[in-house]
Amino acid sequence: MTSARRTSYGVKGAPYAFLFPAAILFALFFALPIGYAVWLSFHKVKVSGLGLGTGARKEVWAGLENYTDSLTDSELLAGALRVLGYGCIVVPVMLGLALVFALMLDSEKVRLAPFTRLAIFLPYAIPGVVAALLWGFLYLPSVSPFYYVLDALGLPQPDLLDGGPLYGALSNIAVWGGTGFNMIVIYTALQAIPAEVYEAAKLDGATPLQIALRIKIPMVAPSLVLTFFFSIIATLQVFNEPTTIKPLTNSVSTTWSPLMKVYQDAFGKGDIYQAAAEATIIALATLVLSFGFLRAANRRNKRNVGQGGAR
Amino acid sequence: MPNTKRRRLVTTAVVVTLGATALAACGSSDDDSGAESGPVSLTYWTWTPGMDKVVDLWNKGPGKKDQITVTVKKQASGDTLVTKILTAHKAGKAPDLVQAEYQALPTLVSNDALADIGKNVGDAKSKFAGGVWQQTTLGTDAVYAVPQDIGPMMFYYRADLFKKYGLSVPATWEQFAETARALKKKAPDVDLTTFSANDSGLFAGLAQQAGAQWWTTSGTTWKVGINDTATKKVADFWGGLVEEGALDNQPMYTPAWNKALNTGQQIAWVSAVWAPGTLTTAAPDTKGKWAMAPLPQWSSGENVTGSWGGSSTGVTTDSKHKEAAAKFAAWLNTDDEALQALAKESGIYPAATNAQTSGAFTTAPDYFSTQPEFYALASKIAKTTAPSAWGPNVNVAYTTFKDAFGAAAKNKSDFSAALDTMQADTVADMKKQGFEVSE
Repeated sequence: MTSARRTSYGVKGAPYAFLFPAAILFALFFALPIGYAVWLSFHKVKVSGLGLGTGARKEVWAGLENYTDSLTDSELLAGALRVLGYGCIVVPVMLGLALVFALMLDSEKVRLAPFTRLAIFLPYAIPGVVAALLWGFLYLPSVSPFYYVLDALGLPQPDLLDGGPLYGALSNIAVWGGTGFNMIVIYTALQAIPAEVYEAAKLDGATPLQIALRIKIPMVAPSLVLTFFFSIIATLQVFNEPTTIKPLTNSVSTTWSPLMKVYQDAFGKGDIYQAAAEATIIALATLVLSFGFLRAANRRNKRNVGQGGAR
Repeated sequence: MPNTKRRRLVTTAVVVTLGATALAACGSSDDDSGAESGPVSLTYWTWTPGMDKVVDLWNKGPGKKDQITVTVKKQASGDTLVTKILTAHKAGKAPDLVQAEYQALPTLVSNDALADIGKNVGDAKSKFAGGVWQQTTLGTDAVYAVPQDIGPMMFYYRADLFKKYGLSVPATWEQFAETARALKKKAPDVDLTTFSANDSGLFAGLAQQAGAQWWTTSGTTWKVGINDTATKKVADFWGGLVEEGALDNQPMYTPAWNKALNTGQQIAWVSAVWAPGTLTTAAPDTKGKWAMAPLPQWSSGENVTGSWGGSSTGVTTDSKHKEAAAKFAAWLNTDDEALQALAKESGIYPAATNAQTSGAFTTAPDYFSTQPEFYALASKIAKTTAPSAWGPNVNVAYTTFKDAFGAAAKNKSDFSAALDTMQADTVADMKKQGFEVSE
């Protein structure tokens, strides 16, 4: 009896034993830092006297003070709106281009497909900071070859690093860098569509355009959802491009995007408590937005499947 | 039940290991500043290029005799290092010695990161100008650092182009404005200089020259005067020139700025003693065409300048060998051999007064070969530096400056409104931290 119990106990325990290393890693490098950030966000520094010398600074409980400060800080909201405007350009343009390129590469008549695919994908391999620097130089009127050409042709020379064009300029960097990656994701999904589907469509007399619109796009919808999901997260976390462009112009403030504000508060102003609260708020907003989108997309999918079955 | 036992053993082992790590992390903040004995090795965080060569001199010379070895760990400059020091100090692991800009000292002291080394630096005080030394004491009886380099501000201009456009070197800010306007009339494409919002130190130095005292104390209360009359005067002066289009409003240190200096689109630069180094890389084609003059004054006959940049060497409270570290800091910044090496290897302008006119500073920098009296003049100007008044959250004021003045420069709008924002944000931050503040 003892031996039977022992083996059954051992089998029961096996999953925990296998989970143990992953759980430890998760706890140490994920749960613990997040927990610490949340803990920090409920604290603040309290100075006594002139604040000089030993023991002048104490860490005290702040309650929700950091959170109310962050939520009432107009700069954080303004940053969120700026990122929203930026996202409204980046996401549709980038995914639209990625889809068009993927469909074109997938069509039968294309030549030099491997080379074109690589050429479109290549910018993704360039580090974001390098890409932003590169484009920054191209945007600066006095050093940009584009402006030199515009000048020689006597055409107007818009200031790309100011006002509305600034959004276009920043979006362009993200689109340039991200289109290739999204294209590959969609293209891979297109390659996975069985050939007989196309054959059936052709026998029914569908034109290539109809095939693209009625068959290919609906069949890669899951990939489109996935790329959209990634793009939303990447947009909410935009940091590299505006930070790199910042020194080149007065138009990008140090708190241009919410993440830049977190960085600025933590490392510019040295208030890690406030920064932790802001980071928590941004993480929650990202979670709500991205999973909200995923759920909405899933529900639509299910409804579509249900309707298809009923028909 | 051998299995469970083993599992328990593993769990216990892990818990013990984790606990030990945590204890080790917490337990390293013991303080012993007792008598030194045996060999000592110190770590030094600095961004000065070539510092390792200077430290080699110590390790082979006086350090060898005293058995004090210093290791240089190269760091990012300025505010980035302040953040890193504070983070390391939180963990009780700050290095023994750190480089810190003068305006960062109150922040570091306020976080209890810098130790009082007044007893260990000997007669170092006598080697420096009073205004420079005062910055390392924060007006108290303590000494928190030894001055290393200073950045007295000066006016740099293209001598050849001033001649070409028929301009004379402005002695007052009034004349400076006239010069900017006269140049605009003669050559609309050319700017005298730019008002740049991306380096707060420049504006702070200009305000300092005008007599501003941004942070002062009385009793246990801080008084913040960022929008005081003197600073308002400076802000309105530059804001007015930007608004009327007499100056450019684009930031410095950009490829566009380099090009403007290199091609004569901008023909002057309000800068500090370290400018030759920057100009060498920014405007390589204009070597020998620049000249240096004292900063324009607010009223003629005055002789005051501000400072932009400059740093000191401090000993951290985490150091286990404060006495040895202070000894090295004093040697590095007052010893003749060390100062010569610092000038040669690192190209710094020394804070120690006797070093400002000896050795490397007897001949003008290569870039200014046409002005042989460069360093003699620089040393004279350095003596006229106005006293400075730094507070515990200079970092907040500086970051607010960049955003508020960046926007004002871009929109050519009211600079004094931007100054009020800077004041309000700085005071709000101090109040939030619990400082007693009066405006």
